[in-house]
Formats: sequence, C-alpha cells, structure tokens
Amino acid sequence: MGSEKALEEQFQACIDADSRIEPRDWMPEGYRKTLIRQIAQHAHSEIIGMQPEGNWITRAPTLRRKCILVAKVQDEAGHGLYLYSAAETLGADRDDLLDMLHTGRQKYSTIFNYPTTCWADVAAIGWLVDGAAIMNQVPLTRCSYGPYARAMTRVCKEESFHQRQGYESMTALANGTPRQREMAQRALDRWWWPALMMFGPSDSESPNSAQSMAWGIKRFSNDELRQRFVDATVPQAHHIGLEVPDPALRHDGEHWISGEIDWAEFYAVMRGDGPCNRERIATRVQAHDEGAWVRTAAAAYAAKQTARKAAAA
Amino acid sequence: MSAQFPLWEVFVRSKRGLAHNHVGSLRAPDAELALRNARDVYTRRQEGVSIWVVPAASIVASSPDEKDSFFDPAGDKPYRHPTFYDVPEGLTHI
Repeated sequence: MGSEKALEEQFQACIDADSRIEPRDWMPEGYRKTLIRQIAQHAHSEIIGMQPEGNWITRAPTLRRKCILVAKVQDEAGHGLYLYSAAETLGADRDDLLDMLHTGRQKYSTIFNYPTTCWADVAAIGWLVDGAAIMNQVPLTRCSYGPYARAMTRVCKEESFHQRQGYESMTALANGTPRQREMAQRALDRWWWPALMMFGPSDSESPNSAQSMAWGIKRFSNDELRQRFVDATVPQAHHIGLEVPDPALRHDGEHWISGEIDWAEFYAVMRGDGPCNRERIATRVQAHDEGAWVRTAAAAYAAKQTARKAAAA
Repeated sequence: MSAQFPLWEVFVRSKRGLAHNHVGSLRAPDAELALRNARDVYTRRQEGVSIWVVPAASIVASSPDEKDSFFDPAGDKPYRHPTFYDVPEGLTHI
C-alpha cells in the first residue's frame, strides 16, 4: 500500500491510459462524490422523466402509439434502475438517494419540469429530449467509471428507438391536417429552447467541467455537445417542414449557429420555479408512499418463507 | 421501507451455447422476485434465454489492492503461450 499521493498517481495513470476504474479500486473522494451526484441526478431524471409522457398513455391516439409509449416509459424506469445500481457500487445508499430527490436536495434535469399539454408534446419529447439525452449519453459510454459506462451502453442501445419514434410521430403530425401541422410546430416552439438547455450552462459558466474532463467522466464540453445537437436537429426540422423558433439561427457554412439561450429561465427552473417542479416531486413522493405497503408485504413474505425453510431444515 | 431489500447480481445467457454474463444488479426481497424483476429489467428485448440471480453478499472476490501480487505468479511465465515458441518458417498446422 502506497501513500495517498502514490495511490492518486496510480489512479490518474489508469485514467490517462484510457483504462477503467472499477468499484473496489482506490479513488479520490472528489471523484466518488462527483460520480455519485452525477449518476444519482441522472437516475432521478430517468424516473421523473416518466411523468410527462406517462401523462399521455391513456390518451395516445392509436393502439400502436400507446404500445410504443408504454414501452418507452417502461424503459425509463429500467434506466433509472441501472443508474441507481451504478451509484450503489460507489457506496451510495439507494434509499438516501431517493430521499434526497424527494426533499429537493438532489436535482434532476430541468427539462422534466415542463408540462405536456398536448399529444404533440409527447412526439417533441421523443425527438428532441431523447435526442439531446443521447447526444449527452453516447460519450458517457466511455466514461472512466466502469459501472456507469456499462449502464450507459445499455441505456443508449435502448434509447435509440425513443428518438426515432418521436420523430416519426412528429412527422405524422407535420404531414397531417393543417391543425395537426400547427400542433407539431407549436410543440417544437415549446421544446426547442428547453432541449438546448439540457446540455447545461455554457463552458465559461460550468466550473466543474475541467475537473470532470481530467477524470475522464466528461469527454466533451457542454457547448460542443449542444452544437452537435443543433447541427443534427435543424435539418430534421426542415425535412418535415417545421421551423426552428430561433430568429437568429443561421448557417455559417459549416455549422448551424443558434441565438442566445435565455439562461435566466434555465436557472429559474433549476431553482424550482419551472411550471411543474412541485407537481413532479409531489407525484413522485405520492407514488413512493403509496407503494410502501407493497414493499413491506414483500419483505414480510420473504422473512416468513426464510423462517419456514429454517424450521423445516 | 424499514430495511433495504438485499442486492442481487444478475447474469444472463444471451443464447444457447454461450455462458451467462454479468449484466448488472437489482434489489429484491427474495430469489423469486429477483428473477422476475431481472427478467423485466434486463431482458425486455429478448436479450436472454436463461437468468441467474446471485445474492451479492455470497460473492467472494479478489481484492483490487493486491491485484499485482495476486496475479504476479502468471506474469513471468510467457512459456504458457504458444507465441513463446519459434516455429520454422514455412511449416503449417503447428
């Protein structure tokens, strides 16, 4: 066993060699804490993200769309589970993490504090929100922490259908009646800017980014990923005849350059003043409390069976 | 919930002829629910034909702290690999 400094050098050498850190390896406390926070917030986003879409399951326009939506929302629950498991490998306690979500001490993505007031919002979420999430998550499959990277690989594999079904659904609306077309355009108007905000503050305002890069947790800056998303998505909007709600949007020959993001809105939603912050947490806490008897019953049944087996032996 | 459900490690055989691979973990009160939950969490897209769930507490693992000394004995024995040996040029099937 070497000194702390030697251990830290060994740790950094492992990361610099593009190898992976595994659960029982020595790691700096800051690395562990940063990862627990990031993975937990990611997990929270997955399970809170079930709400805006879950809102439309009973009202999906066709059985096909309903099956797709159920599968997608179920996937989000699964993604939450992969991520909570990954956080646990770092020594985090799952109940503590949920408690921090329920009491507002840990955040989730601001995007899920916007309402889904119309069916087209569900399409826009799949296309834009899942599209942005994939852009963020693909580099995380090469994250330096093994369990997080492996969870991301599963998530990305499953999530590619989420974006496609959203775009397909948006395309159906855009090619539909004039009213459906208007629904699609308005949904794009509502979700475009919040989707761009999903990549987080500008590089200059993101104080932890440099350390996360050095630790191999982050591979690209917020602005780089946002630019990739804009470049990928603007042509998709144009392809189905929709207009991106950004009067300053222009093409500079290589990239689509968007106008200024309203960061005041981003920080307000993050502070808790988005349209649905309180509702999302209240729904989550209610589901947790109402499920308590099921967990208690399952534990009691398991204890009874164990006791019976012991008595019979 | 008073105490957390135990942790289970999940292994999935993706198809006949292949070994079970570790895919992740989950918490469940007993083995039966662990299996059912593993099916729902890890095989929603026909990723498996067989699942093992193992109580995480039952796994005995080597310690990463002693990885050098623990695996050292194999380090200086290159003669265990076929590439250690010279084979005359032009010969095949050896």
